[in-house]
Amino acid sequence: MTTRELTPPQAQASAAEKVGRTGSGRRRLMGAGKQLHAGPLTYVVLSVLAFISVAPLLWTVVAASRTNQRLAETPPPLWVGGNLFKNLETAWTEVSLGTAMLNSVIVAGTITVGTVLFSTLAGFAFAKLRFKFSNVLLLLTIGTMMIPPQLAIVPLYLWMSELGWSNQLQTVILPTVVSAFGTFFMRQYLVQALPSELIEAARVDGASSLRVVWHVVFPAARPAMAVLGLLTFVMAWNDFLWPIIALNQQNPTVQVALNSLGTGYIPDQSVIMAGALLGTLPLLIAFLLFGKQIVGGIMQGAIKG
Amino acid sequence: MTSSKQALARSAPSADAAPGSQPGAARRAHGRGTPPPGPGSWRSRLYRWDMKASPYAFIAPFFIFFGAFGLVPLLYTAWYSLHNVQLNNLDQQTWVGLDNYQNLLSSDFFWNALQNTFTIGLISTVPQLMMAIGIAHLLNYKLRGSTIWRVVMLTPYATSVAAATLVFVLLYSWDGGMINWLLHFVGVDPINWRESTWGSQFAVSSIVIWRWTGYNALIYLAAMQAIPADLYESASLDGAGRWQQFRHVTIPMLRPTILFTVVVSTIGATQLFGEPLLFGGVSGSKGGSGHDYQTLGLYMYDQGWIIGNLGKASAIAWTMFLILLIVAAINLLITRRLRKSQ
Repeated sequence: MTTRELTPPQAQASAAEKVGRTGSGRRRLMGAGKQLHAGPLTYVVLSVLAFISVAPLLWTVVAASRTNQRLAETPPPLWVGGNLFKNLETAWTEVSLGTAMLNSVIVAGTITVGTVLFSTLAGFAFAKLRFKFSNVLLLLTIGTMMIPPQLAIVPLYLWMSELGWSNQLQTVILPTVVSAFGTFFMRQYLVQALPSELIEAARVDGASSLRVVWHVVFPAARPAMAVLGLLTFVMAWNDFLWPIIALNQQNPTVQVALNSLGTGYIPDQSVIMAGALLGTLPLLIAFLLFGKQIVGGIMQGAIKG
Repeated sequence: MTSSKQALARSAPSADAAPGSQPGAARRAHGRGTPPPGPGSWRSRLYRWDMKASPYAFIAPFFIFFGAFGLVPLLYTAWYSLHNVQLNNLDQQTWVGLDNYQNLLSSDFFWNALQNTFTIGLISTVPQLMMAIGIAHLLNYKLRGSTIWRVVMLTPYATSVAAATLVFVLLYSWDGGMINWLLHFVGVDPINWRESTWGSQFAVSSIVIWRWTGYNALIYLAAMQAIPADLYESASLDGAGRWQQFRHVTIPMLRPTILFTVVVSTIGATQLFGEPLLFGGVSGSKGGSGHDYQTLGLYMYDQGWIIGNLGKASAIAWTMFLILLIVAAINLLITRRLRKSQ
């Protein structure tokens, strides 16, 4: 909808470098030439907003390290107590978070590999290959993003139970293993990042399509594949609606386990917070390591999507 | 005939290439890798078949999976919505026509859920997008450690619905909750966030706002950085101050992006499910004991999997889809209007 064609990433980066050199001398990814320096007020406001962004997470650690009684008292605790490891252990055993973590890794991992692979193949076809109805098919692909997942879950639930697949991980994996967003994302990237001459050269050498994909497309697409992989992993890890319908407590993903912690009839808040902390930790670590790439991916997908 | 001609034509460029420039070319120049005429035509036929079929093969996985797990179920949902399908008796599916829809339209809970979805959607989307533009504007300044600021603003996005909601439940609790405790410093009496309509809807919305504002801010930031600098230069030559530049350059240039985020957020708001479910704890699927924040998504889950009427749940799903289509149509109309007025 906001398909605003941009200058190629390379050109943008070099423009940014120029800006950076005349400015502070550091390389910046800035498209706008004239950039105003932030005043002290900007930093103050941003600090407050940044604090609001991370405060609930920090406080999760505080709450997870206290007892249920202490959490019900006023004023609420503001600093960590001594019960963190006891609570983590209780949360771990109470809703089988160990199984849940392993399941989530399998589910999110498979979905990520599938989405990245299929999106790259389809994105390449839409970006660089000529075939009948390609434009119509691309529009259809984008159109499917409008369809809410609620519309499929009743039949999926019925079929999966008929197949005897209820509570098995493939129930959660299969419907999510391809992505319209991913296909479009890869297409937009490959249109610019993959020179057609490179494909032609490989063709002239007699390379089959699969060889072209393996030796030309995948290397060229690698940066976008990494970003799409990160975005997909975050989404798959956090997926909620279908997993809590399709899976039960015997074979949960992390979100299903957290849901049963939250709706448990004996709510021990500090244990619930310990569970929430454990369920978020893998993604927070991923964020510390790859935050820059995830930010870049969202911004790139935003302009081109 | 044609195929062998093509094979010849194809081999020509590689024969022309200087021997040794490419390993493949070198081999061909020596004649070792060159296929003899007979198999060559077979090969070129294979090659042409490959050229024709491979685009379809590459896009096939998406369409096969989407067809099997998206499109076919979508149609079946329509079919089930015209049947009586009970969770505890799946083999007995009887045709009931539009009964499920009639039942829906005469149910107070449906209208309540529709109204809640609308209200929560509004109070979570509008402030969220406005704040996101503000944050994007701040992030667009030349900042020290600009990447760090962006990553920090996006952290809530990494938190799952479940984890985020569980934390907010505790923050909003009636006694001992952080938010009521902070409010008492500014002289506000404790608010019952879980059992008052306004309070609970505000609380649920705040979870949505917290998780998605940073994400939208980055989308706006990307669009802001694509605005040509000379627009700002000419505006400042015309004597426009910072605020006027923001109003008369930034906002109009962002219009397509704003519309895009409005559409995406509207789709998200129509499907709102996890936040109210977990916010309600034991009575989650009802949206609290007084149905204060039961959204359409929750209503569908409640009717389908708690009460066990899957036929009615299907009817709710299709009603949600129709509402989305109407919203999309309205958006399209507004976009057209805006384009014309420009």
